[in-house]
Amino acid sequence: MIQLENVTKTYPKASRPSLDNVSVGIEKGEFVFFIGPSGSGKSTIIKLLLHEVSPSAGRVMVNAKDVTTMRSWKIPHFRRSIGCVFQDFRLLPNRTAYENVAFALEVIGKTKAVARRVVPEVLELVGLGGKEHRYPHELSGGEQQRVAVARAFVNRPLILLADEPTGNLDPDTSIEIMRLLDRINRTGTTVVMVTHDSNIVNQMRRRVIEIESGRIVRDQARGVYG
Amino acid sequence: MRVKYVLNEVLVGLWRNVTMSIAMIITMSVSLFALGASVLMYMQVDQMKDFYYGEIQVSIFLREDVTEAQRNAINQAIDTNPLVKDKTYETRAEAFKRFQVMWQDSPDFINSVGPDSLPESFRVKLKDPEQYKAFADQIQGQQGIQDIVDQRELLNKVFDIFNTIQLGSLIGAVFMAGAALLLVGNTIQVAAYSKRREVAVMKLVGASNWFIQAPFVLEAVVAGLIGSIFAFIALFLIKVVLLDGRLQALTNVLTPIPDGNVWLMLPLLAAAGAGVSAITGWITLRFYLRV
Repeated sequence: MIQLENVTKTYPKASRPSLDNVSVGIEKGEFVFFIGPSGSGKSTIIKLLLHEVSPSAGRVMVNAKDVTTMRSWKIPHFRRSIGCVFQDFRLLPNRTAYENVAFALEVIGKTKAVARRVVPEVLELVGLGGKEHRYPHELSGGEQQRVAVARAFVNRPLILLADEPTGNLDPDTSIEIMRLLDRINRTGTTVVMVTHDSNIVNQMRRRVIEIESGRIVRDQARGVYG
Repeated sequence: MRVKYVLNEVLVGLWRNVTMSIAMIITMSVSLFALGASVLMYMQVDQMKDFYYGEIQVSIFLREDVTEAQRNAINQAIDTNPLVKDKTYETRAEAFKRFQVMWQDSPDFINSVGPDSLPESFRVKLKDPEQYKAFADQIQGQQGIQDIVDQRELLNKVFDIFNTIQLGSLIGAVFMAGAALLLVGNTIQVAAYSKRREVAVMKLVGASNWFIQAPFVLEAVVAGLIGSIFAFIALFLIKVVLLDGRLQALTNVLTPIPDGNVWLMLPLLAAAGAGVSAITGWITLRFYLRV
């Protein structure tokens, strides 16, 4: 499903590479944690998978497509098969929960009728039934992240990328979000999560890939944080 | 749905930044007005050249002491010259008569000129008025000629003035267009900034590039179109109120501007306004909305 082959990424003006000759494969349906200290290069992996940045060397394969050589006009369509959530939620403040999720459908050309059918369903799934018409500022942090997950998942992507999704949440809320991601993973969606939340990693007991200074130092099938 | 979405975004966008939109529309319309005026003037000068060059003559004035034999020789030289289309001969008496008619409002001036003080002349129309030089060279050698005058030279001075005005208005149009372009670029940057969250989400979920960019580009195009309509209205009013109204005496001399030419400016200005805005908008977005 995801294949990184000898990937090196050096940002311009950086003294050392963010990722240094990294090779890793992730199968369909897996749940993978990328852990490591700040600046270890784990967020760069998310950016590479979304094709927000290109690798300096090596190859990135997603869904059997070579992202590295993909023409720029094909990137938007490619991104429709990937959902993404972030630490800061990235919701539109002037739209309700329903409208935030529907927006993601409408801008890729789905009709309002499709949105009316699909959006309540996915909001129910993430546990926001009854709160469709609240604005982000009327929701708690955990609820906002649920909206973001709903938006990422509404298009039924093959892969869900999560960049520190619990970074702004308290431990209890974090666990709720993890349960949600776990449930999504059980539907067959590959989940790739970047985090440095040791509690969560230890509780989930999933595959853990540890990165330090741009290199993989550990890859464990049912790992813990430290 | 998508068309409706895009159109709605355009109107909201123009309204959200209404002072910038107005500035954009005003500079656009001034620039397009100067362009339209310049093109109209160009067409006008062309048309006047056609009209007047068909009418102009070369006048060959004869000396006061010209002999019968010399006059006949000149007459024959003109008649046999292949460049000549037709020719009239004007005696001193006829010249004086014409002079009297021309200056009938100033009898003192007429009285000061005797019937013999005006020269007799041949008035020659050439097949091709541009061939004046060749014709003059061939006739010059004849005895008894005082002067050969080409009306074309006088007209050319008039046309030079028109051409200068036209060039000036074209240069003005170019400078205003430059200002309009900068404004369009700036407006789009502001619009893109104020919608940066939406744009970020759209990129994230895989909205196509045209879908992200179209509202911004169309915003500029709509402003360009509105500007072109204002410019056209200004041109039309000037033509109707000034040239057909108060300054009609002037237009009679200059040959009137056909309404068709003015109407032609509407599609021309609209295309220029919309095209320039679209290209500027698109180029600006290539720098500000990278995928």
